[in-house]
Amino acid sequence: MALTREQMAQRVARELEDGFYVNLGIGIPTLVANYVPEGIDVMLQSENGLLGMGRFPTEEEVDSDMINAGKQMVTARPGAAIFSSAESFAMIRGGHVDLTVLGAFEVDQEGNIASWMVPGKLIKGMGGAMDLVAGAENIICTMTHASKHGESKLLEKCTLPLTGAGCINRVLTDLAYLEIKDGAFILKERAPGVSVEEIIEKTAGKLIVPDNVPEMTFDE
Amino acid sequence: MAGFDKRVSSYEEAMEGIKDGMTVIAGGFGLCGIPENLIAEIKRRGVKDLSVVSNNCGVDGFGLGLLLEDRQISKIFASYVGENAMFEQQMLNDEIDVVLTPQGTLAEKMRAGGAGIPAFYTATGYGTPIGDGKEVREFNGRHYILEEAITGDFAIVKGWKADRYGNVMYRHTAQNFNPMAATAGKITVVEVEEIVEPGELEPSQIHTPGIYVDRIIQGSFEKRIEKRTVRS
Repeated sequence: MALTREQMAQRVARELEDGFYVNLGIGIPTLVANYVPEGIDVMLQSENGLLGMGRFPTEEEVDSDMINAGKQMVTARPGAAIFSSAESFAMIRGGHVDLTVLGAFEVDQEGNIASWMVPGKLIKGMGGAMDLVAGAENIICTMTHASKHGESKLLEKCTLPLTGAGCINRVLTDLAYLEIKDGAFILKERAPGVSVEEIIEKTAGKLIVPDNVPEMTFDE
Repeated sequence: MAGFDKRVSSYEEAMEGIKDGMTVIAGGFGLCGIPENLIAEIKRRGVKDLSVVSNNCGVDGFGLGLLLEDRQISKIFASYVGENAMFEQQMLNDEIDVVLTPQGTLAEKMRAGGAGIPAFYTATGYGTPIGDGKEVREFNGRHYILEEAITGDFAIVKGWKADRYGNVMYRHTAQNFNPMAATAGKITVVEVEEIVEPGELEPSQIHTPGIYVDRIIQGSFEKRIEKRTVRS
């Protein structure tokens, strides 16, 4: 079975380490915050200028001056800091954020990512994504492995305009967890019940399959 | 106005001198921390052919979205747009020139503009359509593109508290692009929720020192919420 959005978030959350500053993109990456492992403290960075993003406010806590980069209302956790956009992107572009998690339309075996523009469709903009992928050492892309029609999104070369070049080193799809290294995808784990053959079939880029590819496990 | 007293008494006075074809840099992120009354005054004046520099372009009927109604904006530098139907329509009809700019690059363009730095190198956008046609240089084995600074004829800024000298503090995430915008205008206009006596703001807590600010006005704000997310 392909992973659900919640399972994808759970799997990504296992990559969190105590003391990490983390930027979570919109969509599945946002859900990662719900699965921070017990005993681990992470500080969430929101690129509109908040380090230490907390939960959504209660009705009483609502404050129109407190939003996150997705323009949702949020709170600041104890120990949070608030600053300007230039300061925020200095953190991002200066490589101070430990982990960035974001979505993508396509990634390729060279670590290129396309996530912001489909020619011919309405283009809303890249927001902070280009800064995030250029600035972070450590990026996990969350995405579906193939389109609804079965076309692979893990490619030899991205077909869509890029968000960043050679910057992605880890990908979690609904079928597999992979690393990108030396011009190839390396299959590290597979979703429960998903065969290596299916992953091979749905990966258009160069794929290295080790002898043993463990199946991910999830608590009920 | 006398000496360092930057206060003006009306929004009309606050935007005095804005003309067709000017570049306006606006603070704000989404609808948070936007100079909503200064934008409304620009609408009232009906100036056209503006170049606007702002992270977003408001929503239909509010914020910078107001300036779309009478087609006052001919060009916009922004990182994310199209939350509003009118913007989408004008973009598809080629009535508005959209220069999509990565968010960090946009912030840095304003910061550099205000700091007298004409251009800077950044890795952001290298190898993407944003880097097309821009100078590339390699530093320590990595590629960077040259991005030019932005300055404006006007900067419009939303602050929380200010004194009459133009020292400004922002509140929470309503800070966002406002401090950089404030540095990058030939004329910088700041609207705030409260003007306090000099000395009431702790000097080390001031975000925007008065040297950047030309005009200060106290207003009242709707502060519209874009996405109401609450937990029970």
